[in-house]
Amino acid sequence: MAAQEVQPSETIAKLKSESEALKTKLEEERAKLHDVELHQVAEKVEPLGQFVMKTRRTLKGHGNKVLCMDWCKDKRRIVSSSQDGKVIVWDAFTTNKEHAVTMPCTWVMACAYAPSGCAVACGGLDNKCSVYPLSLDKNENLAAKKKSVAMHTNYLSACSFTNSDMQILTSSGDGTCALWDVESGQLLQSFHGHAADVLCLDLAPSETGNTFVSGGCDKKANVWDMRSGQCIQSFETHESDINSVRYYPSGDAFASGSDDATCRLYDLRADREVAIYSKESIIFGASSVDFSISGRLLFGGYNDYTINVWDVLKGTRVSILFGHENRVSTLRVSPDGTAFCSGSWDHTLRVWA
Amino acid sequence: MARDMSDKDILKMEIDQLQKEVKTAREPVSKTAKELCDFVETQSAEDPLIKGVPEDKNPFKEKGGCIIT
Repeated sequence: MAAQEVQPSETIAKLKSESEALKTKLEEERAKLHDVELHQVAEKVEPLGQFVMKTRRTLKGHGNKVLCMDWCKDKRRIVSSSQDGKVIVWDAFTTNKEHAVTMPCTWVMACAYAPSGCAVACGGLDNKCSVYPLSLDKNENLAAKKKSVAMHTNYLSACSFTNSDMQILTSSGDGTCALWDVESGQLLQSFHGHAADVLCLDLAPSETGNTFVSGGCDKKANVWDMRSGQCIQSFETHESDINSVRYYPSGDAFASGSDDATCRLYDLRADREVAIYSKESIIFGASSVDFSISGRLLFGGYNDYTINVWDVLKGTRVSILFGHENRVSTLRVSPDGTAFCSGSWDHTLRVWA
Repeated sequence: MARDMSDKDILKMEIDQLQKEVKTAREPVSKTAKELCDFVETQSAEDPLIKGVPEDKNPFKEKGGCIIT
């Protein structure tokens, strides 16, 4: 079937122009339905009042940069992971450390709490995602019960349990995402489509069905069907790496944070970007984003050590929070929305309310 | 894995994907943006970070005095 005399460089050039033509067509189709801006529709929405949000707890104990954190469904426990190889489980009400595990690698870039609250998953430069059941016996050596679940060919950048403790979704520097069975370690589905490292992922709220979104160094945010492994929608408007993606609470949209110093909102049913959260004064990358439980506020942690709070509908910044003494690397709102937690390269985590 | 694919293969993958995406069903922003706003309006009354929580009810607010652990 292949021509014998094909010049490789010609074929690539042809493919490139075909790709560009399709991208233009896609943008034209999307533009046809871009009849109004979100912030215009939002003019009728009540403006927000003044915000007083302060650090209420500071969690100290990591020996190096905090890279990731996650809340337990019980709304008080937190798991965090660090460059020093340690994974710590905290009681955020009391700031006590309940468990600590030392990983065999440094740069533990990903950690997640199991829905049952009985286990945590983590990984990083070891290219794996491992699950540790949490023992009620504080003296028990957690590392002894460790289960290796996922194997990638490059670093693990993010992980998340699905609706149960039985399956984990991972993303990796190897450019793929994957769904794994925790018990057997079997690969259930893999997701190919990013052209570079995948840095983040988020599962759709369970009511909206089996999809998840991922963001990567190829500047793309992809929405995937978990069962078929197909990419359903793809968005390429950021100008640099996408460090964080998070679904809007209704599941109809998602936000992203990028090294291009902007956060953006993508509407899944309109199939387009509908808001950009940026200011000329913000020039450092956004590392992590999350919504308040109503979806009205978007919290963004930035590499300039600050947290910016955005009015999602009107597109304006409502508050800027200072406190961390180095980059904010991770940020999650608590399951009941009463607080949010940020982790930083300054070795600490802060709980804000 | 993307890192192991040739430029040509990556482009072919992109083209396949784009051909599918051009056909995606879409709704006008005027409709979907309104739905985003409506969702927020029904939920914000119960959003603790917007309406605030009385000091005695929120476990993260400051507690006065000593804590015996």
